[in-house]
Amino acid sequence: MDRHLKVPMGEQDLLSLQAGDYVYLTGTLYTARDAAHKRMYEALRAGEELPMPLEGNFIYYMGPSPAREGRPIGSAGPTTASRMDKYAPELLDLGLKGMVGKGRRSEEVRQAIIRNGCVYFAAVGGAGALLSKSITSSKVIAYEDLGTEAIRELTVEEFPVIVVIDSKGNNLYDIALEQYSKEE
Amino acid sequence: MKTIQTSAVTDAVAAMCIEANHFLTDDMKAALNHAEESEIAPLGKQVLGQLKQNLEIAGEDHIPICQDTGMAVIFVEIGQEVHFEGGSLEDAIHEGVRRGYTEGFLRKSVVRDPLDRVNTGDNTPAVIHYQIVPGDEVKITIAPKGFGSENMSRIFMLKPADGAEGVKNAILTAVRDAGPNACPPMVVGVGIGGTFEKAALLAKKALTRPVDQKASDPYYSAMEEELLERINRSGIGPGGLGGSTTALAVNIETYPTHIAGLPVAVNICCHVNRHAVRVL
Repeated sequence: MDRHLKVPMGEQDLLSLQAGDYVYLTGTLYTARDAAHKRMYEALRAGEELPMPLEGNFIYYMGPSPAREGRPIGSAGPTTASRMDKYAPELLDLGLKGMVGKGRRSEEVRQAIIRNGCVYFAAVGGAGALLSKSITSSKVIAYEDLGTEAIRELTVEEFPVIVVIDSKGNNLYDIALEQYSKEE
Repeated sequence: MKTIQTSAVTDAVAAMCIEANHFLTDDMKAALNHAEESEIAPLGKQVLGQLKQNLEIAGEDHIPICQDTGMAVIFVEIGQEVHFEGGSLEDAIHEGVRRGYTEGFLRKSVVRDPLDRVNTGDNTPAVIHYQIVPGDEVKITIAPKGFGSENMSRIFMLKPADGAEGVKNAILTAVRDAGPNACPPMVVGVGIGGTFEKAALLAKKALTRPVDQKASDPYYSAMEEELLERINRSGIGPGGLGGSTTALAVNIETYPTHIAGLPVAVNICCHVNRHAVRVL
C-alpha cells in the first residue's frame, strides 16, 4: 500500500505500518552511520547528552557525497544497516522511532523494534542520485570532523522508502524469499 | 621504446574516477534494462525502474550514481617497451585519485588505518595492481568499489575432492548470505584456482569483464550460466525485496592451482558495477 506520511510520525501511523508498505516521507531525518554511532555510544557511556533529540525521531543511515554548488546535498542513498545493529537497540529504547537503511537487521534489533513500537525502512540501495532529489536541505549539526559521517539534519519531501520490519516484527525480506524462492 | 609522462597518467586517472562514478558502461545499462523487462515481481520491477531513473539523473545532473563512490581499485597493464618520465608512477596514480575525488565532488571514504579510522580526506591511497605485458601501451582500468557489496565477499579454501559441486555451493552460499545487504541485482565475480591472494585478485578482475561476455572456456561459461539461473531462483530479487532478478551476471576467471588446493573467491558487486578503461 502507498502511504504519504510526516516524519516524525505519530504512534497511530507508526503502528499502522505493515511490512511491504511503500511510504513517502516528508519532514526531518537525522543522518548517522558507523563513526557517529560509535561516538553516540561513547557519549551515552560517559553520561553525556546526545547531539540530537532521539525521542520520536528517525535516523537515516547515510553518508552523502559532497554537494555541488547550489544543491543541498550530493548523492544520498542508504548504507548497510546491520553495521549499526550493535548500537540500535539502545537508541530505540531511548526513544528513537525509526531507521532508514538497507539490508538485514539482527534479531536483537527486531525485538527492540517490537518492544518500542518502531519501524525499519529500506530505501533503494545504489539509487543515491534519485534519492537526493527528495532532500531539500541538509545541515551538519554534530561531529563535523567526521566529514561524510557527520550527523546531518535533513529536510525531506516525499522521500521514497519501503517498510521492511514493522512494529509487529514482520520482516519483508523473509516474506519476499517465501514468496519468490524457487529453490527446492 | 615509448616514453609516457606520468602527468598524463594523473590526468587520465582523475578523469576516469569521475567518469566511472557518473556513467555505467553500456553492457551494464543493457543488463539493467533487460532485467526490468523480465522481472516478475511488481515491487522488483519498480525498484529496477528506479535504478534506471537513477542512472539518468546521475548522468544529466552530474550526481554520483551512488554516494559510496568507492575505494579506487586500479589495474595498470604496462607494456614492457614503455618508459615513464616525470616522477614516480605510483605517486602519479594516487595524485589522479586525489584530484578526481576532490574536483569531481566524490565521497572520501578511505581511512588511514583500519583501526584508528581517521579519514585521509582525499580518498587516497588507491589499491593498485600492476601487470607487465608485451607492447608499448599502458592500459588503465579503474573500478571504484563500494563496500556494501565488498563486505559480503568471501574466500573459500576448498579441498580438491569438493570438485565442481563444492565450487558452485560456495558461490551460492556467498550470494545467499549477501542477500539484500549487497544491493542486488548483483554482479558476481569469481576467481577459482591459484593461491589465496590470486583467487581474490581473479575475482576482482572478473568484475571488470563486460556482463555480456562469457568465459572463454566453454566449461566455465556453462557454469556461469547455470549459476546465474540458480541465483535468480533464490527469490532475493531487486533490493532484496523479492523477485527473479538477483544477479545480472556471474563472471568466472580461473588459474592453475596446487595439487592440494581448490581456492574459490567470490567478489560481490552491487548493480553499480563501475569501471572505466583508457589506453595511453
